[in-house]
Amino acid sequence: MKALRLTCLLAATLIAAGSSALAQTPNRIKIGLVSTLSGPNGALGEEIRDAFNLAVQLNGGNLGGVPVEVIVGDDQFNPQVGKQLFERMVKRDKVDFMTGVVFSNIMLAGLPEATNERVFYVSPNAAPSPLAGKECNPFFFVASWPNDAYHEMAGQHATARGFKSAYLLAPNYQAGKDSLAGFKRFYKGKVVDEVYTKLGQLDYSAELAQIRAAKPEVMYAFLPGGMGVNFIKQFVAAGLNKDIRLLLPGFGADQDISRGVGDVMLGINDTAHWALDLNNAANRRFVAEFEKAYKRLPTVYAAQGYDTALILDATIRSVKGNLSDKDAVRKALREVKFDSVRGSFRFNTNHYPIQNYYLREVKKDAQGRLVNLLASPQPIATNHGDAYVQECTMR
Amino acid sequence: MTWILFLEQALNGLQFGLMLFLLASGLTLVFGIMDMINLAHGALYMVGAFLAAWLAQLTQSFVLGILLAVPLTALFGMVMESTLLRTLYARDHMSQVLATFSLILIINETVRMIWGTDMPLAAPASLSGPVELLPGLYYPSYRLVIIAVGLVLAGLLYLAVTRTRVGAWVRAGASNREMAMAMGINIKRLFTLVFGLGAALCAVAGALLGPLMAVQVGMGETVLILAFVVIVIGGIGSIWGAFVGSLLVGFVDTFGRTLMPALFREIFPPQVASAAGPAVASIMVYLLMAVVLFLRPQGLFSRR
Repeated sequence: MKALRLTCLLAATLIAAGSSALAQTPNRIKIGLVSTLSGPNGALGEEIRDAFNLAVQLNGGNLGGVPVEVIVGDDQFNPQVGKQLFERMVKRDKVDFMTGVVFSNIMLAGLPEATNERVFYVSPNAAPSPLAGKECNPFFFVASWPNDAYHEMAGQHATARGFKSAYLLAPNYQAGKDSLAGFKRFYKGKVVDEVYTKLGQLDYSAELAQIRAAKPEVMYAFLPGGMGVNFIKQFVAAGLNKDIRLLLPGFGADQDISRGVGDVMLGINDTAHWALDLNNAANRRFVAEFEKAYKRLPTVYAAQGYDTALILDATIRSVKGNLSDKDAVRKALREVKFDSVRGSFRFNTNHYPIQNYYLREVKKDAQGRLVNLLASPQPIATNHGDAYVQECTMR
Repeated sequence: MTWILFLEQALNGLQFGLMLFLLASGLTLVFGIMDMINLAHGALYMVGAFLAAWLAQLTQSFVLGILLAVPLTALFGMVMESTLLRTLYARDHMSQVLATFSLILIINETVRMIWGTDMPLAAPASLSGPVELLPGLYYPSYRLVIIAVGLVLAGLLYLAVTRTRVGAWVRAGASNREMAMAMGINIKRLFTLVFGLGAALCAVAGALLGPLMAVQVGMGETVLILAFVVIVIGGIGSIWGAFVGSLLVGFVDTFGRTLMPALFREIFPPQVASAAGPAVASIMVYLLMAVVLFLRPQGLFSRR
């Protein structure tokens, strides 16, 4: 009996101690970051995660002046796994914000787990067109660029360069479809063919044979990560680069791709909202600190991950760490002011960015590394939004 | 479709089919002779690729990497057979599936611990360009090497199975295991040998495909499914069946990816075609299997 009482007392003390410890912890913010961190596309998620963590570190472990804990999960390039991670982080870990996903199909699977529980998701990459238009969501914000945007710019560039015929290739999923729709929206030449491959496909022999037979002037391929590395290597191995000009979206010709492919990348053009040598103070600091911390140059994915952290930082600061009033947080997000590494940035009414886009080119830097730099400091489009914003009924 | 495109696609189909054959031949023998479903066969393919990538890095030579990886993977396979899988032969298929599935998970995680989730493996620079086979017909030289190696290995395997004593044992074991044992064949040693051979062929396929695809954890699972499709089509236990089945799957997949979207564009409006074409192309292989199962449930060249 005595022993039992003692145990009860001990338990009661422990509980009391535990709860008082909880009460003493001032406002600690949890952020769930789900991304693709393994496999041939794992490098993309690592860029986002590393850059996000870098921004937190440079802020002394805080965002908006509040200590922050980043909970990281690997979706393994599998929508089902991604959805489970979202559910776990939102329901069990009770995170305040969700972010991180690279691929649209994975994000679309996980997103309802967050938004249905009134948890904000700030996207460091995936920005599918349905969420920009009819299905726009008060808890969904995009820190990267609308899915179509890079490809619209590439289409515009292909038109400006006078390429008469284009062959388009993309994986068969939402972002792939958005990309080719975007390219065609701005391309005035003839689209010889558009081919959709399986997402994650690594052998493109059958597609390359068709491209050779179709003889287009320009080849536009939307292939992120390992898919892009394999495609470009096989494109070159098949000898197609002699007659056909390769044009890529920004993430498809970035430092990670060049490392895998090699010198044949030199001179390839791409379109993006950011570049290593974009001339602003925030970007100079970001590139230098990223290289110092991780011994490699950042890609667009890293730039997006970094900006996502900066957006959260500014938002949390403007609501003074009080995240319980969701409407106030949303208002702060919408009006967010921060020093983006891309220069000018603001959210449209559908929570997608309005920003500038640039033409870039793969060059060699002083150390002999393949780097993707601005082809011209002049943007090819300024304050560019997206084509779906009218369909969004959010006020 | 021009004849150059046709030839190039035929070469692509051949290359894909031959690599599938290297996987499926080991699988069909293990299944046919030992009556054992080995889901961990794909794991051997992955182990072979990782060993090749690792050894190529150490020796700075792609060829040396492969040559060393093949016997090592064979050894790994034989150890796996004689310590673990041997105890499963008497069990029913469900236990075998469960046990070898758990082996996949264990091997995947072990590889992840040793080498990480992926490793770089590049073909020699001299094979990075195309070769002009016929006027206007360019083909990547590395894929030609794969085709050559695949054909040579298939030929050697055929000779070994039909012309040697061990081959006769293998055929005897595949047709009737009990009778083969009654005739005094040391079936235990034969099993280990066959398993080692299957593992070696897996390693060749994994190492050769590494530079084209990617050396990564989980690469075995996707290819294993196709290898099973091949042996179901070809008939379990038949090397010849595995060969025909592999080439069929290779050609159907390659031409399906080319022709299906084109065909759908002819028949349906563009919006339907762009959605349905690629989807149907990716299930062509399984349609083929369904048709074969319907017409010849025992497979095209069954040994039983």
